[in-house]
Amino acid sequence: MSLLRPDLAVIAANVAPGARVLDVGCGDGTLMQALRDDKRCDARGMELDSSNVGLCVGKGLSVIQGDADGDLAFYPDQSVDYAILSQTLQTTMRPDLVLEELLRIGRRAFVSFPNFAHWRVRLSLLWRGRMPVTRLLPVAWYETPNIHHLTVNDFRELVASRGIAVEGAWFLSGDRQCSPAAANFRAEHAVFLLARG
Amino acid sequence: MSTPITDAAQVLSLTRPLPLDGGQSLADVRIAYETHGTLNAAKDNAILICHALTGDHHVVSNHPKTGKPGWWVRMVGPGKPIDTDRFFVICANVIGSCMGSTGPASLAEDGKPWGMRFPVITIRDMVRGHVALLDALGIESLYAVVGGSMGGMQALSLAANFADRTRAALVIASTARHSAQNIAFHEVGRQSIMADPEWRDGDYYDHGKGPEKGLSVARMAAHITYLSEAGLTEKFGRRLQDREEKTFGFDADFQIESYLRYQGLAFTDRFDANAYLYITRAMDYFDLAEEHGGLLANAFAKSKARFCLVSFDTDWLYPTADSRNVVHALNAAGLPVSFVELSAPFGHDSFLLDVPALDRVVEGFLGEGR
Repeated sequence: MSLLRPDLAVIAANVAPGARVLDVGCGDGTLMQALRDDKRCDARGMELDSSNVGLCVGKGLSVIQGDADGDLAFYPDQSVDYAILSQTLQTTMRPDLVLEELLRIGRRAFVSFPNFAHWRVRLSLLWRGRMPVTRLLPVAWYETPNIHHLTVNDFRELVASRGIAVEGAWFLSGDRQCSPAAANFRAEHAVFLLARG
Repeated sequence: MSTPITDAAQVLSLTRPLPLDGGQSLADVRIAYETHGTLNAAKDNAILICHALTGDHHVVSNHPKTGKPGWWVRMVGPGKPIDTDRFFVICANVIGSCMGSTGPASLAEDGKPWGMRFPVITIRDMVRGHVALLDALGIESLYAVVGGSMGGMQALSLAANFADRTRAALVIASTARHSAQNIAFHEVGRQSIMADPEWRDGDYYDHGKGPEKGLSVARMAAHITYLSEAGLTEKFGRRLQDREEKTFGFDADFQIESYLRYQGLAFTDRFDANAYLYITRAMDYFDLAEEHGGLLANAFAKSKARFCLVSFDTDWLYPTADSRNVVHALNAAGLPVSFVELSAPFGHDSFLLDVPALDRVVEGFLGEGR
């Protein structure tokens, strides 16, 4: 699992063995594969890009081409132990509704996203007056798939206002974890484990 | 490309009558099929390929009438996506057809062709024929059932109605029910056949001539539905056929007209008009949800198979929404399902043509990551 992206490694390490998992925006299926092979999980996926779906199918994974905004509606209530949304929330049309859907389908949800309040992003805005292009946000504003930038504190506020319980939170700077207190400033990535409160 | 196998066809005669959805049963059923590869000792490496409306069991071997290579040689064979080095591949002609299995052109008990006395059959009846073949071959459970178009309907029907007989289903460019538009196109074809005086209420076999005109028009209309507008434009555009100017007549001025006429005519050499009536009817009657109380997810309640559905973005006959409908039902049933919409310019026919992305999905799904 050491080859997983840091946020995926956090998720993989904290999923219970043998769990049923839905990975929304599963990409080429790296996380699903790790969960299946290392934790005997029953992992299903959803992915927008057809060539990625093809790669997943080639790995023996069950993945449906679809998008988080429209196609989650067809999954039954509470049908998986974990719904996972890694690095995808900020690309959805309605992140709040997607979040509700994740917790309808899953008993718990892992959500990871890039933190737009990271100090590098702040510096870029403050000193250069430009939308940041950083390691985690490498694409210019006009072609980025990220249409709903958010910060760690924005996310905390959203889940609190929806009565969603935070069962775990991990904050990453590179592949190192940083403390929750300074997370909104220092974390590049955040990973939350959520449950219906 | 490997050497084409020229004759691998066999015929199974069923000892028991085949029960039909229409309430009747069909005695003395013959099922023509061919196999490729080797059935292993555990008999668990068999893949059943189901053919489309005008297809047949000559999936790899040359067609006995046209001499053309089998209809899926690009997909099936040693080292190909459906690998005959690993799998025992079976392809059977559906009942109701005219390529070796019992159909309206076969002789009834009185020694005369069935004609319109042949009972109306359904997709599930075709599948009953396949299952009888599996019984005869001693195959309890298929590694996978695979089919495109009407073949996909059989694959869905088998996975739903004979759930313990397959461990996977690969359904390409297909649907769980025929839409009003699908039925409409088929009805045009059927009426075209029936309007041909040579059809003689289906009793044309002793007259040396059948409703070739009607069948050919039916094929022309259907053929349009297998292609895409963009594909037609690219292949033919408004180009004229062997001439510089329009003739101001009703000859085949345009290449597309000439092409369709040729396709229609060539079809009559290899296909029986009554078989076309019966098979299109079977497709029109297909509604897997209706068979299971109106809820498609219920159809798969007993299944433990894994599924893969593939659609093509230019297929307007069985559009992506049809595949998604099945995917949602399988999801609701909690079954492992993959789905991908592939981009290909050839419309519905894409499943038969050169679409490398399809090869990868088929190989990947059947390979299970091995």
